[in-house]
Amino acid sequence: MISPQTSATSSEPAIRVAGLRKTFNVPVREPGLRAAVRSLVHRETREVRAVDDIGFEIGAGEVVGFLGPNGAGKTTTLKMLSGLLYPTSGQAFVLGHVPSKREAAFLRRITMVMGNRNQLQWDLPALDSYELIRAIYRLEPAAFRTTRDDFIELLDLADLVHKPVRNLSLGERMKVEIVGALLHRPQILFLDEPTIGLDVTMQKRIRSFIAEYNQRYGATVLLTSHYMADVQALCRRVVVIHHGKILYDGELAQLGARFDATKTIGVTLVDGEADLSAYGEVISVEDGRVTLRVSRAAAPEVAARLLRDLAVADLTIEDPPIEDVIERVFASGSEAP
Amino acid sequence: MANGLASRPELDRDRFVPRAGLVRGWVDLYLTMFRVAILNNIQYRVANYFYMIGMIAEPVIYLVVWSTIARQEGGEVGGLTPGQLAAYYIVWTLVRQMNIVFTVYGWDERIREGELSAMLLQPLFPIHRDIAFLAGWKLVTIVMWLPIAAVLTLIFSPALDVRPIDVAVFAVAIWGAYLVRTMLYWILGMASFWTTRGGPIFQLMFTAELLLSGRLVPLSLLPDWAQRLADVLPFKWTFGYPIDALIGQLPTGELVGGLAMQLLWIIVGVIGVRVVWRVAIRRYSAVNG
Repeated sequence: MISPQTSATSSEPAIRVAGLRKTFNVPVREPGLRAAVRSLVHRETREVRAVDDIGFEIGAGEVVGFLGPNGAGKTTTLKMLSGLLYPTSGQAFVLGHVPSKREAAFLRRITMVMGNRNQLQWDLPALDSYELIRAIYRLEPAAFRTTRDDFIELLDLADLVHKPVRNLSLGERMKVEIVGALLHRPQILFLDEPTIGLDVTMQKRIRSFIAEYNQRYGATVLLTSHYMADVQALCRRVVVIHHGKILYDGELAQLGARFDATKTIGVTLVDGEADLSAYGEVISVEDGRVTLRVSRAAAPEVAARLLRDLAVADLTIEDPPIEDVIERVFASGSEAP
Repeated sequence: MANGLASRPELDRDRFVPRAGLVRGWVDLYLTMFRVAILNNIQYRVANYFYMIGMIAEPVIYLVVWSTIARQEGGEVGGLTPGQLAAYYIVWTLVRQMNIVFTVYGWDERIREGELSAMLLQPLFPIHRDIAFLAGWKLVTIVMWLPIAAVLTLIFSPALDVRPIDVAVFAVAIWGAYLVRTMLYWILGMASFWTTRGGPIFQLMFTAELLLSGRLVPLSLLPDWAQRLADVLPFKWTFGYPIDALIGQLPTGELVGGLAMQLLWIIVGVIGVRVVWRVAIRRYSAVNG
């Protein structure tokens, strides 16, 4: 594991995890009749370590991206932190509570949004479900109405909350769903793929709402998403998990420097395209613009040579796209013993 | 608290109803859940009606069979005339409607679809949701039941001789029956935490319930040993007892004793639910989440 680069924003972490581990015993059976009969008397299982000795701290008010490929252990970790799963070993504290005890005082301070899960009444307008949420969380009616109306305004839901949920589009449903998940104004938000399946505009809307909520209430957010735009827009810090182990915990901006020792140089020549393979790896040539990949250390020197040797109309030096960096991080995790 | 950042109730005072309003909070919660259940079921009023009409087939078959036997036996069977049998099975339709609870087969889907996880994330023991939602549904279906009962009355001419105390005890007993059966089926349904093949266990219990509750046949028609067995099992208190409380001309002692038995089974059920839930949820949290 790489040691944390970013310290928590508060001396008292909102989330503290140490040596957390979760293993599942998965039944294993060979195909065929003989194996089926054998399994009647001897059931074989295989131990799968979904989360393997992880540790991190998240300060109050931080927004942290929790990244990893499918099956890396992200959702398992979120489930342990929200009290849905008992850890096999290790410790987790969320706002001072042990999540697995699922105390009412703890549940009132957290929320977990899963992109494909629906807690609203399908056949009723969202407003009816919000009333139910008010009663379940025992929210003070006046405060509840203020919060509800604020959120409805922020997400521009005034027309939608009067329609039965089943009549809403996926994106509209997600918006009313998120409002429902935040009506009790939780201090901790576990967001598991909150923008999955949504179009770009709707993703942006959800992102800005989460950012606004974080700003307004100082809530701590732990977010998983396969859309890097979500992570880039919301998170300064990311925790990368792969095969149940933490590969990186630190500033998103430093991730490239740590895992991808390259830069991309974009060049547009005055005389049009030319063969620039002598300067670096040509990634693309498009509309007269050549994109090169060079080592991070050599980037200034290559740029200087290009400017000196050629008639350059435009030149940019950039970090590689975050998606590429993340891919390299995951690849490095796969190579690890 | 194990961590420095303990719960800070002062942060919540503006948002949550204080503990002093705990009773009011429960009343509010149940009323809100009734309301949502009623709104939901009004959406499906036609489907609900067809469901109820379909449900009537079962008691009508029992009624026709037993009435035929009574006539062949010279006008009564086991001391019950066709008119009394008609009264029994018409009240049966209401009691059946009242003691419908969350199906044991629903648990598997609840776990598989992630509904249980969503419930566990809220500060409310899920049984309250089931009790309140199905109670709200019953309020809708009772209204729908009235015309069905009127038609059955016109067709089968029940012999009804009901005292005010019978009505009062019946009004309590049908809700008691609902709670006893809720606890029973919750405990059974939680078998889904261990196996997805609970069908044979459930079927065994359904058969016992069918025979020993008064659903298939009035308990007075069963042999003595079976009646004594029914007295010590919970099934009778969810079916036969509420019906007899209304139409059986039971002495006051038996009426009140029946309510006491329901209370006893509710208490046993609550304890059972709590014990099994604790183990079941530990298992769920270990493997499923």
